[in-house]
Amino acid sequence: MNRFGLTIAVPRGALLEPSLDLLDRVGIETAQVRGNDRRLLFEDIGVVTMRPSDVPTYVEAGAADVGITGKDVLQESPDRQLFELLDLGFGECRMVVAGVEGEDRGAEALRRLGVVRVATKYPRIAAEHFAGSGRQAEIVKVAGSVELAPLTGLADAIVDLTATGRTLEENGLVVREEIFTATARLIANRVSLRVKSAEVDGLVEAVRTAAG
Amino acid sequence: MNLRLPSGTRDVLPEEMAERRRIERALLDTFAAAGYGEVSTPELEYPETMELGRLTAPYRVTSDSGEELALRADMTGPIARLAATRYADVAPPLRFSYSAVVHRSVSPGKGEARELLQAGIELLGVPSPEGTAEAITVLSHALEAAGLAGFSIGVGDIALYPSLLDDLGVAAEEQAFLLDALEGRDFVAIAERAGSLGLDAESASLLGDVPAMRGDASLLEADGVLGERLAGLRSVVGALDSRVADRVIIDLGRFPRMGYYTGAVFEVYDPALGEPIGSGGRYDELLTRFGRPLEAVGFAVDVDRLHAAIAGEELGETGR
Repeated sequence: MNRFGLTIAVPRGALLEPSLDLLDRVGIETAQVRGNDRRLLFEDIGVVTMRPSDVPTYVEAGAADVGITGKDVLQESPDRQLFELLDLGFGECRMVVAGVEGEDRGAEALRRLGVVRVATKYPRIAAEHFAGSGRQAEIVKVAGSVELAPLTGLADAIVDLTATGRTLEENGLVVREEIFTATARLIANRVSLRVKSAEVDGLVEAVRTAAG
Repeated sequence: MNLRLPSGTRDVLPEEMAERRRIERALLDTFAAAGYGEVSTPELEYPETMELGRLTAPYRVTSDSGEELALRADMTGPIARLAATRYADVAPPLRFSYSAVVHRSVSPGKGEARELLQAGIELLGVPSPEGTAEAITVLSHALEAAGLAGFSIGVGDIALYPSLLDDLGVAAEEQAFLLDALEGRDFVAIAERAGSLGLDAESASLLGDVPAMRGDASLLEADGVLGERLAGLRSVVGALDSRVADRVIIDLGRFPRMGYYTGAVFEVYDPALGEPIGSGGRYDELLTRFGRPLEAVGFAVDVDRLHAAIAGEELGETGR
């Protein structure tokens, strides 16, 4: 267990490096996590690693006391019963509507057919964004490589997260609309927040100090 | 042949049933010893009754005579109906207990139950602080009797944050945003918005900090605007005997904007379970909707969650 006495859910993928950097700065030695990308549970430092979208699931159920995940993941499942404690500032990405360069096929589809087909890993965010702007959208859920959808005619547009825009660009896609900006958040289980209040406050304070 | 069960429902087999009955018995015996009379009400009510009780019943059926009926979604509404009709002329206080199945909607993929076995009490006609302290005391004794060891009872006041917003002169639409964020447990949004309201630094940090304030009774010794608004909670905690008070976590950020609560709200936590085991609070205005204006307080314990927590404690999973 770490010095805070908390089990911490840490996301693999793009948020892993900056999350581990942060844990190092607050005094949790994470070298063994960096050195092993197959092991998932690091009991002696109270760290469990998983896909970012699974972090809220573990934290909500209390399998981890606190966790780090992107605001995009939290926006996609807003009915989760957990606390959002801190904006960690790193992992900044934009949630965007994107389409093939040139003529805007999404707008064209809306004008002529009254409905736009949107491929996304974030069906809820996409549905709310289009419904919120009074446009009818047919949401196609895909598990990955969303950029492929408009290139093959599966969809007219995509809703996806982009950090640098490079993947979009390399696939000949351009950003049409920005929905929101997402950064990494520190989240907490609702029971841990109360029964381990000193521990959680200790971590929050250390993270605030480390972030300057 | 389709022999499946609807998602979120299950059978209970003898081994579990025996343990569940023992827990239910311990809770009901504690309620009875404290003077609460056990009642049973129909599983089926008119949807209007549930709506008067500020709850939308998710399951509706059409009866053989074409009437729309609802499966009850909690016991507070039905007991309010019962108090307003069968006890219309009986002088308060009224003390009722129950153990009953209620029917809820579920979100997919989260393993939630459509049918919950709830055991609880309703105390009508005893205002705060005495009534609230009595309910918390009965709750604590019942959980101990059931065999739960490591639990805490988080106690907050649903009126606290809205009153602070009023005291500090926050505009209505900003209040709505902050209360939504509080209900959504989003401290990041609260801190950001509190800092941009144009309030003085002290008020802004108060609004940002209060949602995360929780701990022992020393929290209630705050001064200034906050201190004044904590008078109600101070008197509740002051009315508890020390064995119960030791279980209490003061939780100023708790804001379950569920229909009918008006003042003190409480929730049961145990380190062996990642979700609350039971909850309750004051609902001083609900009975008026039923035509029997009585101040009231009550709670319901989720018997299956309590069972899971007791089992978790026995397995020594208290580190979770």
